[in-house]
Amino acid sequence: MMREHTERIRETAKRLLKDGKVDVFIGYRKGSVPMINEPVSISDPEKTGLLHWDSNCGLNLCNYLTKRTDRIGIIANGCNSRNIVTHIIENQIKRDQLYIVGIPCTGMIDLKAIKRAVKFREIHDVEEKDGRFIVKGDGFEETFEKSDFLQKNCATCLHRNPVIYDELLGDKVPEQKGMETFRDVKKIESMAGDDKWGFFNRLISSCIRCYACRNACPLCYCSTCFVDEAQPQWVGKSTDSTDTMTFHILRAFHCAGRCTDCGACERACPMGINVRQFTKKLNKDALELFSWEAGLDEGQRPPMDVYKTDDYNDFIR
Amino acid sequence: MTDKVLSKKDWVDTLKTIRNSYRIFVPVREGDFHNFRPLEDETIPNFDFSNTRLSPKSIVYPQSERIFECLNDPESPEKGILKEAEKDYPPQAVIGIRPCDAQAFQIVKKNFDNPEYRDPWWVQRFESAILVGLGCNAPCPTCFCCSVGGGPFKEDFLDVLLYDLGDRYFAKGLTEKGRVFISKTKGGAPADEKALKEAKTLSAAAQDKVTAKIPSGRLGEKAVPALFNAPFWEEVAFSCINCGTCTFLCPTCWCFDIQDEIYGKQVDRIRNWDTCMSPLFTLEGSGHNPREKKFQRVRQRFMHKLKYYVDRFKNGVQCSGCGRCVRYCPVNIDIRRVAGLMNEYKNE
Repeated sequence: MMREHTERIRETAKRLLKDGKVDVFIGYRKGSVPMINEPVSISDPEKTGLLHWDSNCGLNLCNYLTKRTDRIGIIANGCNSRNIVTHIIENQIKRDQLYIVGIPCTGMIDLKAIKRAVKFREIHDVEEKDGRFIVKGDGFEETFEKSDFLQKNCATCLHRNPVIYDELLGDKVPEQKGMETFRDVKKIESMAGDDKWGFFNRLISSCIRCYACRNACPLCYCSTCFVDEAQPQWVGKSTDSTDTMTFHILRAFHCAGRCTDCGACERACPMGINVRQFTKKLNKDALELFSWEAGLDEGQRPPMDVYKTDDYNDFIR
Repeated sequence: MTDKVLSKKDWVDTLKTIRNSYRIFVPVREGDFHNFRPLEDETIPNFDFSNTRLSPKSIVYPQSERIFECLNDPESPEKGILKEAEKDYPPQAVIGIRPCDAQAFQIVKKNFDNPEYRDPWWVQRFESAILVGLGCNAPCPTCFCCSVGGGPFKEDFLDVLLYDLGDRYFAKGLTEKGRVFISKTKGGAPADEKALKEAKTLSAAAQDKVTAKIPSGRLGEKAVPALFNAPFWEEVAFSCINCGTCTFLCPTCWCFDIQDEIYGKQVDRIRNWDTCMSPLFTLEGSGHNPREKKFQRVRQRFMHKLKYYVDRFKNGVQCSGCGRCVRYCPVNIDIRRVAGLMNEYKNE
């Protein structure tokens, strides 16, 4: 399946570049270390052999579209396609600049969980085959079911198939149903105020303010982030916990009603912080208060940036 | 002869007693990884690690450090007069530091302690530190210490080197400071021939395992403008998301920013790690940014480590081969590959 996808992606990219349908093709190439692939941009049809697809393509490619002016071919699975929709709605890219090559997705592997499963022994190679993958290291070889080791956001994903595409590679996959997406959020919601505060403080206690979460996020395209603002400076730059918390909370709120839960933030964090605990609460609110899931419809603006004179809420009319 | 062999249990026990003489830092398991933490009563040292997630550079060079302070009190005659923040520099020992991270301190020392400039805080903290290294029995596939002048059992940058012999450690004193440290440990027995032999075997086997390399031999002979204007930077930088993972995890990245913070009447001048990946790093007061584009910032990181440092200090590359940036870069930008491009580049 993965190998088939890789072959199809290469052929499609080559065709699109050769026919002059796109100027560049954005996809992934196999990483130099196991389980991390590198986003890559290809403009030479002869170099499309570099393209690769497997369950380690966790960094959202939509990051690389922002404010581009050329014609771009891009790979999109479910969440990436939803971010592309959000990008289009938010005027970060035009639909007619894009040739979207959709990939029905069965989820990304949680590399941290794999490291735990092999008891932190050094992994030299991971080979994926028929819904399983084989992890090889010095003196060990273990086989795992992919479905047992999905990234947490993938395990409860409700939109595995791309919502927008010009061409779909392979057949659609069945969507997961009846997932308890917000179990963790509900648990936090049920805590007393002080416990919640304690929970979030512990959550970010190891944060080093590298901003990998923010920068891996396709929503965080502000030309100057509020934490980088110097005149006036809103947030301190030290590792003081107040400043760190300000960053995380405000960033999450800025993503309210826009986050597709693609998991790139959590995957990128070098300190293993479950940063989705911030954004997921707001996704839950958006769903419960506005029946809204981000990035499903090109024609509808997210709830936080619309005003309607016939809004059903009194307070805003 | 102070070299000693101690059982692993004796070793941990003696670390606790030796706290009277040194502030001790040990690797501690924190979830999925290890970091160096001060050894307190409740601390559980854990030496079962390949390397710590964060390098130990913060022990000498904290991520945020108050360097000066003053009063913002209009009533006070001292208002606005900066004074150096008080600090003490007790002897400290970093236990279990890997040889690559110890080498990193020597690389950074070129910047913080040279004939032109001495950083008082870095120097005093470094000079008060004893580096008790732990040799790497099982180097990672991402380790390339051997190609940057280091090695899994390299002694040059350490005060003591520990060999993990299974159920016991062989502690080898390498400097006077290190020998004094060993003499303060309790328990154990003088090192015997058997331990020496085992240590030698371990070291040789580990050396063979470090097969990754960083091509750097020809970096010095390249012209700066040629490398600077080389055609590959846009391609190298494409995937970069400009986060600070590489620079903050790196044991040899030393750049900082200075900020004044006011809280009530107290003003603190704080030095924070900074990262050349951030546009803010070079944003000038006028609004002009000489490194406005992503590829310029990515280029800076590699040019600094692999060219400017090489030319300025004649001390090899500004990299000790720990491999953290290779392992934890969220988009897999691999310094070994970039060094290869730079090293092989022919300006035609």
